[in-house]
Amino acid sequence: MQNSTSWRSFRMAAWLGWVIESNWTDPFLFAVYSIVKPISGAAILVVMYGIISGGNFDTPLFPYIYLGNAFYIYVGAVMTGVSWAVVDDREHYKTLKYMYIAPINIPIYLLGRGVARFITGSIAVVITIAAGIWFLNVNINFAEVDWLLFIVTLIVGVVMLALLGLLLAGVTLTVARHEGFIGEATAGALYIFSGAIFPLDVLPAWLRPIGYFMPTTYWLELLRRSLVGNVAAAFPTLANFSDLQILGIMVGLSIFFGTISIWVFRWCDKFARERGLIDRTTNY
Amino acid sequence: MSASFAIETNDLGRIYKLRGSKKEKRKELVALQNVNLTVERGELFGLLGPNGAGKTTLIKVLTTLLSPTSGWARVAGLDVHAEPEVVRPKINMVSGGESSGYGLLTVRENLWMFSQFYGVPSKEANERIEALLEMVGMKDRMHTKSSDLSTGLRQKMNIVRGFLTEPEVLFLDEPTLGLDVGAMRDVRKFILDWLKADEERTLLLTTHYMAEAEELCDRVAIINKGRVLACDTPTALKQGLQKDALFEIEVSPLNGLTQQNLLDQPEVTKAAVTETETGAKLSLSLVEESALARVINLFTQKEVKVMNLTKRQPTLEDVFVDLVGRSMAEEEEHGSGE
Ligand SMILES: Nc1ncnc2c1ncn2[C@@H]1O[C@H](COP(=O)(O)OP(=O)(O)O)[C@@H](O)[C@H]1O
Ligand SMILES: [Mg+2]
Repeated sequence: MQNSTSWRSFRMAAWLGWVIESNWTDPFLFAVYSIVKPISGAAILVVMYGIISGGNFDTPLFPYIYLGNAFYIYVGAVMTGVSWAVVDDREHYKTLKYMYIAPINIPIYLLGRGVARFITGSIAVVITIAAGIWFLNVNINFAEVDWLLFIVTLIVGVVMLALLGLLLAGVTLTVARHEGFIGEATAGALYIFSGAIFPLDVLPAWLRPIGYFMPTTYWLELLRRSLVGNVAAAFPTLANFSDLQILGIMVGLSIFFGTISIWVFRWCDKFARERGLIDRTTNY
Repeated sequence: MSASFAIETNDLGRIYKLRGSKKEKRKELVALQNVNLTVERGELFGLLGPNGAGKTTLIKVLTTLLSPTSGWARVAGLDVHAEPEVVRPKINMVSGGESSGYGLLTVRENLWMFSQFYGVPSKEANERIEALLEMVGMKDRMHTKSSDLSTGLRQKMNIVRGFLTEPEVLFLDEPTLGLDVGAMRDVRKFILDWLKADEERTLLLTTHYMAEAEELCDRVAIINKGRVLACDTPTALKQGLQKDALFEIEVSPLNGLTQQNLLDQPEVTKAAVTETETGAKLSLSLVEESALARVINLFTQKEVKVMNLTKRQPTLEDVFVDLVGRSMAEEEEHGSGE
């Protein structure tokens, strides 16, 4: 019974999320959104790198930042996908209260709503990486890719990001105002602490612990190692750790943050019911 | 087992903490105070009160959306605060006066999705959707995107959403608010037909339309400023207000019959006489209806003919005025300034 409730919540939420996400009256706009946006984001990075490095694209640093940036697309996409559903249902469609009184599992429902952004995010990631391979000499030797490590890392990371999205959804639930950008904002804030575009060693020593505490740091490192092992090994940040050790740290931190997220969501949910915030809209 | 009641509240209270400006002390707003209500299974129960009376707050507590700050409430025998997950499959709720729903889904898709959240098998859901849309007269709109519907039709779709899951207890918060007269009539008829179809179905409805409460509800609770002032059948409420029978009588010229003559009758408590072109209009309060015979007798003695006789019913509006001291409209005006 519990299982079927959860599955029902997830399945229908994913369907709904996809209908909303893919509701582009103009396929051209959809293409712009899902292709041009990530490519232009990468292009800005490439230009900046080109200027700073004096046009040297042959060092390991380039694929390092290029892949880090590409996979970082998931961070904003998944966290926003999950947390934005609260704003969307409450403010826009005025259905959040009806979702709440339905016999569904609300956290699972919200996670389901994030699936669509995961899919569009994946498209953006693939396109960005493909562009890197074709136009910018980002070398991925597909025969040497550690696919098992890649898949496992990707799955654990996406689940971790979805749970962080749930934490943000909880926070969104408790603020009566329009805080829809919270997912992207959080992703932006964590960008420099995750080793996405430069190794953590570049940060001042007193800021590095933040990076070492973020599961995203290990997640990006493992993704890079699984795809381009030699490049990742060139950076000292996590050189002393084996793939398995890093995976262990990532899983451990994911469980830690996941547990906190669920706990925070429950607390926010209770708080929202105490304050009557579940159907409260901005124009109240 | 107290499962015999569909809804039961005990000293239920709800206080909102209001956040004013920083320097100002936190104010509190008492939205519900010591609400004690019981609703039997199969009843159509009405909450009647002006805007701001606390009707929506009560519905939110009963539908597990809002925690009470004191007392408790049970729906279908289950505590709404302690066991929301067990209550939810048994209930549903519709708020009028707002357009909710996913505009990019069709009417059928919107309804179907909600039926799936309640675990209704897909085929059965589609059958119910068709039947209910037929009943509210919008079956031809089944495949229309809900963003293309008029506000009235969106509200009807929302109402269908509430009934679709066949809840044990259904809550309708001002279901006809903002609808035009025709749609209002459709919805009221729909509500009554739906209840007739199954005796176990319970419906709690809030309204600030007197006529709606009178026409639809088995019992009505009159609520103002968070307190339940009276709760009974509309008939009993009105009877309780005015034990005397009220009559409006048009007669031929009085032939010397005076107001005093009427008041001299022991059963007549009030008598107002207005002369008209054709005779007179009398407004009488009698201790009991049977006393009317005496009055007619008096007319016969003076050869006064009765041209028209109506028994005037007190309305729920009279009941409200009696309880609060002013009309609902006045109460709304004054209430907002506080
Ligand atoms: N979330 C809230 N926070 C603070 N005050 C509220 C909130 N919701 C309702 N109120 C106040 O509580 C009172 C009762 O409101 P409500 O239950 O909506 O009344 P009704 O539905 O009878 O019009 C009103 O004075 C309203 O302003
Ligand atoms: Mg209301």
